[in-house]
Amino acid sequence: MQTGASPLSRTLANLFLWGAVLVALLPLGLVALNAFKPHTAIVANPLSLPESLSLDNFARAWNGGKFSIGIVNSLLLSGTTTLITLAFASLAAFALARRKIPGWQLITIYFLCATTVPIQLFLFPLYFVYAKLGIVGNFAATALILAAINLPITIFLLRAYVISIPQDVDDAAFMDGANPLQTFLHVILPLMRPGLITVAIIVFLNSWNEFLITSTFQKGRSNITMTLGYLSMNGTYATDQGALMAGAFILVAPIVVFFLLLQRFFISGMTSGAVKG
Amino acid sequence: MKPLSQRAYHVLFVTPALLLSVAIVLLPALLTFGASFSRWDGVSAPAFVGLANFEALAADNVFWQAITNNIQWALIFLTIPMAIALVAASLLLSRRKSGAVYQVIFLLPYVLAPVANAVIWQNIILSPVSGLLGFVSKNFVPLSSPLTEPSTALYAVAGVDIWHFWGYLTVVFFAAMRQTPEEQLEAAFLEGANGWQVFWNVTLPNILPTLGLMLVLVTIFSFLTFDYIYLITQGGPARATEMLSTYAYKFAFTSFQVGKAAAVALVMSFFGLIASIVYVRMSRASLEA
Repeated sequence: MQTGASPLSRTLANLFLWGAVLVALLPLGLVALNAFKPHTAIVANPLSLPESLSLDNFARAWNGGKFSIGIVNSLLLSGTTTLITLAFASLAAFALARRKIPGWQLITIYFLCATTVPIQLFLFPLYFVYAKLGIVGNFAATALILAAINLPITIFLLRAYVISIPQDVDDAAFMDGANPLQTFLHVILPLMRPGLITVAIIVFLNSWNEFLITSTFQKGRSNITMTLGYLSMNGTYATDQGALMAGAFILVAPIVVFFLLLQRFFISGMTSGAVKG
Repeated sequence: MKPLSQRAYHVLFVTPALLLSVAIVLLPALLTFGASFSRWDGVSAPAFVGLANFEALAADNVFWQAITNNIQWALIFLTIPMAIALVAASLLLSRRKSGAVYQVIFLLPYVLAPVANAVIWQNIILSPVSGLLGFVSKNFVPLSSPLTEPSTALYAVAGVDIWHFWGYLTVVFFAAMRQTPEEQLEAAFLEGANGWQVFWNVTLPNILPTLGLMLVLVTIFSFLTFDYIYLITQGGPARATEMLSTYAYKFAFTSFQVGKAAAVALVMSFFGLIASIVYVRMSRASLEA
């Protein structure tokens, strides 16, 4: 397509893209490199290659970051959040797409406003209500908050999928004697599968990475997630950068693999709401 | 038992989502509104104090510093990552095969946890002892850590946040640009337009709706920004990176002045609301389509 591009502009373009690749990957490369080095070697030169592939740093990081507690809590929290969000959002998306309920416009506008509502607008009273109820630190209670935050955008993504399914499909199911719940479960839901997978992946990753709500509500040694456990190493492990980098490796590597395997879903999910034609 | 009507089923379908959102978001938001007119420590009964919290904020230098920082943050994010992403996306457009690989690499920092990104940058890049900066400083040019200088801390944190964010914008712009009709591009090149002219006259007008939406969203999120600041500088040094979000958080959970925290939260939301109104108006067009 770029028939008119001169060799010079082609070179400049390549330099820009390679520079961008370098900047994007350098911090992660440094993590991989220094996760295998002792502290003194890192301080001497963070760019030097490791002399051995010793896993000592990883053992210290695993204990220091309390990852064996964190991984269980992270899976419980993100898994529960994803299930609640998916169940509630797909039902609501179906109802809002079919426009059979009174006030569907008002509800749609409400969820639209909720997509950009600041967490701080509801965080403080919510925390003190949770404290009063004694459910601070309970992963299921925290999952409800994360689900409520993820719901609006999820509803809009799924709503677009339902709209693409013709109303005739519902009508045919109705003629066959199915009630709307049966129609939803056996007809609509299977047709929405690509959307459900995309949304599940994005919601799961969002909750895995989430910081503000998680750090506020999952306090206490037995409630911490992987990210919070790792965060507790920052500072206390300043003089053991090897362990700190190994901890970053433990935290980042699964997400990188997860992302590379499923990148097609990520990209379609991220752009479907944002690209306007 | 009489079977439920179709409409009753649909009402039941929307109820769980609506109920959860009302319980977690709407009701506590109304409580925040009430708390902003009260003195409240979060535990004992709140006392109504009228506009005292807002008056205290108006006389509070830190509050104004935070607003200024948020505005500066918005200006940085509306320009630098936008420009980088527009350039990167238009370069990817002529690389149909390698474009897919580039966009995955660019998106990588965006999908990692802010906690991981912040700790990595703080230690292996920006630390004067163990980081790349310290290595350059000890062996080549003396450099001080930009995070400890009040004049540079905001730019340093913004730099880390931009590193994590620009790939997202690139992927969105790239997707929008790919919808540019091929014949418009061909016609422009046939008329002898160069790359810049094609970008300005063909690509940019075609992605204008997406660009507009991104500008609105970036504005909203600039007034809510929290993670990278709280993780890297906690608002310091000397309040140089204090934002409305971090200031509100400290009021609520460090000094237990929940009334003041609520007042700051309302101010933040006000900035977001202005941008949200623009956003809702833009989205309505596509909702009614």
